[in-house]
Amino acid sequence: MTPLLQVRDVAKFYGPRVGCRDVSFDLYPGEVMGIVGESGSGKSTLLGCLAGHLAPDAGEVIFDTAVEGPRDTLRMSEPERRMLGRTDWAFVHQHARDGLRMGVSAGGNVGERLMAVGARHYGDIRSSAIDWLGRVEIAEDRVDDRPTAFSGGMQQRLQIARNLVTGPRLVFMDEPTGGLDVSVQARLLDLLRGLVREMGLSAIIVTHDLAVVRLLADRLMVMKDGHVVETGLTDQVLDDPQHGYTQLLVSSVLQV
Amino acid sequence: MNEYNFAYLDEQTKRMIRRAILKGLAIPGYQVPFASREMPMPYGWGTGGVQVSAATLVPEDRMKVIDQGADDTTNAVSIRKFFERTAGVETTEETGRATLIQTRHRIPEETLTEDQILVYQVPIPEPLRFLEPRETETRKMHALEEYGLMHVKLYEDISQHGAIATAYAYPVKVEGRYVMDPSPIPKFDNPKMEMAAIQLFGAGREQRIYALPPWCEVVSLDFEDHPFEPSKAEHDCDLCGAGDSYLDEVIVDDAGGRMFVCSDTDYCRGRRAAGHVGAQGVPYEEGAA
Repeated sequence: MTPLLQVRDVAKFYGPRVGCRDVSFDLYPGEVMGIVGESGSGKSTLLGCLAGHLAPDAGEVIFDTAVEGPRDTLRMSEPERRMLGRTDWAFVHQHARDGLRMGVSAGGNVGERLMAVGARHYGDIRSSAIDWLGRVEIAEDRVDDRPTAFSGGMQQRLQIARNLVTGPRLVFMDEPTGGLDVSVQARLLDLLRGLVREMGLSAIIVTHDLAVVRLLADRLMVMKDGHVVETGLTDQVLDDPQHGYTQLLVSSVLQV
Repeated sequence: MNEYNFAYLDEQTKRMIRRAILKGLAIPGYQVPFASREMPMPYGWGTGGVQVSAATLVPEDRMKVIDQGADDTTNAVSIRKFFERTAGVETTEETGRATLIQTRHRIPEETLTEDQILVYQVPIPEPLRFLEPRETETRKMHALEEYGLMHVKLYEDISQHGAIATAYAYPVKVEGRYVMDPSPIPKFDNPKMEMAAIQLFGAGREQRIYALPPWCEVVSLDFEDHPFEPSKAEHDCDLCGAGDSYLDEVIVDDAGGRMFVCSDTDYCRGRRAAGHVGAQGVPYEEGAA
């Protein structure tokens, strides 16, 4: 089987400082990969490099495109990369405000990606927007409300609907549950798990919350100071951490 | 030296503006940046249009200036006087006799010919501006033809009002490539933009010039199930009886009285001179107001 995403020796430097370096992994279709690590360990930098938001200084990010097969996204032209960004890829930001248009109604937010790939039938756009709002548990009568009128959890669910409406194959998530209270987090995770399984999505989830990866991720990558210190199956890494830092991370989780 | 150079601007500036105009004509709908000059009028009063007119005028030109269709409003009168004084060109109020027409917010009702140039005053040249505030991003969107966002605006219109409520500055796609703001003309005028005359757009504060060569394809954006409709008030002109012209609604008393009149004053005057009389009109007399 061809991996959906092959990452080879990706490195990003901020002047003399290391953002991340020597990162390599394969992601297979339907697989969910978690990236954990403390603040400043380079996980968001890595995600930005993979999703095309940042330009890495070295390495290859080979994506298995629907039409042309595996291609290095870093050497694609910008229009091609941006096209990927609104069709096969999706990016869920930590703060819903970064990923939503706050001045546009919920329906318009969900419809934007459809219109960006050429949908020009209002009735169809609106019904798929309502369908997707339903899937993320937002009532149909909120379709014309602006995201500013939504709670934090609803905004995050709206952002997810907006990203998944074009049926992407790979979803990047940057701390999708950050800043939400635990009960809202639990519902969001439940929802995400359902959607990922149902749509057969591949996903890369960056988080510092080990509970999130325990629930969602098949595989885990632990980062520290821009390096990957440990990789493996999620349960294996969390239950039997080998590297000193991973042991620290796992033992730092508060028990209620 | 106490005379102005012909048409106020110095020749180097005109040369720079003409280069921008030519580039604009070569790439219809593309916003060409230019070094807009200070003009002796405030921004928002047509500094862009005036600079384009000044760079386009020749001494043989006959100029007409309209503001919302009218020849006799402050903006139109002062710009007309400005060019009378600084260029000494002949001016006219008759659309058919003019060779260069500077306009704010209207296209004349009378069909323009290939011997004429229409210059628009543009406040905000960027159609995507209110949806995407970053200039770097809007330029990229134009470059990469990412115009989905423009339809988000129309989507919002329909979801809030049940129909595309944008009534002026209605976005158009030019020659299947650039999405362009036609300046705040009513969408009634959009279909007229495929015309024989050259159309030039000048935005002074925003420092942009764009242009449409004659018979350029100009398509108003819409949805398949909500097609574009040019709209006007459901009425005939009360002065000249015209049923096909764009109308202004005028409140005439404090008891709900109103009348609809042609916004194009020259068109209305011409029809009345030809003997047409509207519901509230009186027979036309030469020289009467």
